[in-house]
Amino acid sequence: MTAVDTTVREAPVLPVDPFSHESILDPYPMHAQLRSAGPVAWLEKYGCFAVNGFEEVYEVLTDFETYCSSGGLGPKDIRKQTSWRPPSILESDPPTHTVMRRALTGVINPSSVRALRGPFTGPAEDLADAVVARGAIDAVRDLAEVYPLRVFPDAVGIPEEGREHLLPYGNMVFNAFGPENDIHREAFAHGEERSAAIMRNCARQNLSDSGFGARIWERAHEGLITPEQATLLVRALLSAGVDTTVFGIGNTLKVLSERPDAWAALRKNPHLAKFAVDEALRVESPFQKFHRTATVDAVLGGVHIPEGAKLLLFLGAANRDPRRWADGDRFDLERTAAGHVAFGMGLHQCVGQPIARLEIELVLQALLKRVERLEPTGEPVPILHNVLRGFESIPVRLVPATD
Amino acid sequence: MINETLSVTVDRVEKVATDVVSLVLTRPDGAHFPAWQPGSHIDVHIDEGLTRQYSLCSSPSDLSHLRIAVLKVPDSRGGSIAVHERVSEGQRLIISTPRNNFPLTDSRKYLFLAGGIGITPIVPMLEWAESHGRDWRLFYGARDAGRMAFAEQLEQRYGTGRVTLVPEDSHGRVDLESVLGLPRAHMLVYACGPSGMLRAVEDLCMGWPPGVLKTERFVATELGPGSTDQPFEVELARTGTTVTVPADTTILEAVEAVGVRVLSSCRHGLCGTCETGVLAGMPEHRDAVLTDEDREAGQVMMICCSRAAAGCDRLTLDL
Ligand code: HEM
Ligand code: FES
Repeated sequence: MTAVDTTVREAPVLPVDPFSHESILDPYPMHAQLRSAGPVAWLEKYGCFAVNGFEEVYEVLTDFETYCSSGGLGPKDIRKQTSWRPPSILESDPPTHTVMRRALTGVINPSSVRALRGPFTGPAEDLADAVVARGAIDAVRDLAEVYPLRVFPDAVGIPEEGREHLLPYGNMVFNAFGPENDIHREAFAHGEERSAAIMRNCARQNLSDSGFGARIWERAHEGLITPEQATLLVRALLSAGVDTTVFGIGNTLKVLSERPDAWAALRKNPHLAKFAVDEALRVESPFQKFHRTATVDAVLGGVHIPEGAKLLLFLGAANRDPRRWADGDRFDLERTAAGHVAFGMGLHQCVGQPIARLEIELVLQALLKRVERLEPTGEPVPILHNVLRGFESIPVRLVPATD
Repeated sequence: MINETLSVTVDRVEKVATDVVSLVLTRPDGAHFPAWQPGSHIDVHIDEGLTRQYSLCSSPSDLSHLRIAVLKVPDSRGGSIAVHERVSEGQRLIISTPRNNFPLTDSRKYLFLAGGIGITPIVPMLEWAESHGRDWRLFYGARDAGRMAFAEQLEQRYGTGRVTLVPEDSHGRVDLESVLGLPRAHMLVYACGPSGMLRAVEDLCMGWPPGVLKTERFVATELGPGSTDQPFEVELARTGTTVTVPADTTILEAVEAVGVRVLSSCRHGLCGTCETGVLAGMPEHRDAVLTDEDREAGQVMMICCSRAAAGCDRLTLDL
């Protein structure tokens, strides 16, 4: 909201379809269309508000009283219509959210994640050795999809059996944050079988004694959360922690493969890797969009929002909003990307953030040590996904370093 | 760099609660004190080599005097006992200029939690929040009503709708579970008090948005915030430069000032983002992230808050 113009308008109505294949495969022209109508617009086709301005997205994320999560992250209001699965921490408000979040933060926090640096480093180095030996690789299939599955399920402590369901299950969970379109239907093929397999892995007796899963169950035994909530929290890790990180690694490598100058700068100064990851997550944000529900009449970006309305937040657009980021479409290693909303902001801000950052950084560090240049050998193929941004394939050649 | 010091006169000594005296300090030449913000403290040089830090509880809008309140606690070096027994009206004292390790960040709403003498830094915060029309509440607990400095004045000035006094002998402890049970949007939580209370608050705030909790920790003697900050040097191994870290500056700020980039987030020792390798020297860890083993190993530190240990005047960092 500008200080000068305080008149409340009705939202401009837009015929834009953010879930068309075209918009999904290249979202940035669609963001420009949204932006030209203002920070908040009404999407005719979906009957919801599209929020693309950084300031407005930030406001919705931080004002969790006015814009609730218990209405679901998808287009339906799950307080009124039942959801396909029991609501997770993501789809809850205080005080239900509060105890679950306490339990999770008690388990996943800076010090517990520090302890993962050791066990997560070896697999990153091994994988880097293997891909560098091959030279020409697909950075998604050979690296981004492989690494999180090597380290993360062990950190949670789930059995080997059933791990093949993790990626497809995450695909279901996230696609359900968009409309029930062809992409959604495809993701839900074999849905019940997969959900059942994942839920089995969340039960205490199927978890190792040392992982995050067991530690979440300890909080249930202490009485902070119920056994049902413990199951749901383990499920939340399994659904929210794999696909996002796969895309986080892939997107970072895709951005860097297009910027040999940045790669060279990082080789000289590897401690800047953390900044490169942050900036890559800003320009190619893996979690692009999800919904909130207005609990009261509100005004956002000068636009009237009626109680009960669904708002679709465009995190990926907010992270490039020219009013917040100078030359926001450009990856700039010198930029301070801190403050971006790729991990959300406020109450529901990603619990797994330190784990995701650790995984992406370790892969990057391992490659920087061994690879002189990261050269694209073909066009990256974006994935058709309702809310996540990532690539099915990123063909690159790893030119080994001679030093 | 030596901190700027001021010579002051103890204008008034007043008992404000059981075992708590308040000192009103003025400048001998009648000049005003430098401007300060809520949350600030001063170093008080009590004796040869004995310095203690006390939060300011006067009003930042009246710079004609400063006020501190000192709780008498038996600590080995007797800082607070010396203040209680030996400081009298008219006496001269040497203090530092005000510094702020506990700044009040602008927000729409505040929840203030004070335990015992932990009320001191909160007092000017309340004044700021009130005069800026912010929505705020204070919960103030102590062992008994007699130990609650400024309690009556606060209740009278702001009303029972804002100020809730909880003397433990008659009302039990502040029910933190219920006070912190329902996170509110755009609300920051400022807590100052004994470590047991702060631990409980930290645990409960894990259910709140990250970063909303700001605490001031009373170290060891529970006398004042932090131990004395000394300047020291930091050698940056990668860049080959040496930077002096003044007493009122963090390592993070000092290295950023010479153009070195370090990723940081909370800048308060809570998130672990600024973790930096220590190649030589002994850090004094002040963060809430490292495990005891990490602390002892001394190979990494959070440079947004931790400093060089007493007697170590140089740290070599992997930067
Ligand atoms: C690059 C990788 C990742 C990205 C971009 C990402 C993004 C996000 C975002 C945007 C949110 C907020 C959603 C909202 O506000 O409604 C979120 C929440 C969450 N994330 Fe992540 N995430 C990533 C990795 C992970 C990992 C590795 C884990 C598990 C260890 C994880 C677990 C969670 C959980 C449990 C929540 C819900 C928190 C709550 O509702 O309080 N995420 N994530
Ligand atoms: S920046 Fe958060 S611990 Fe230092």
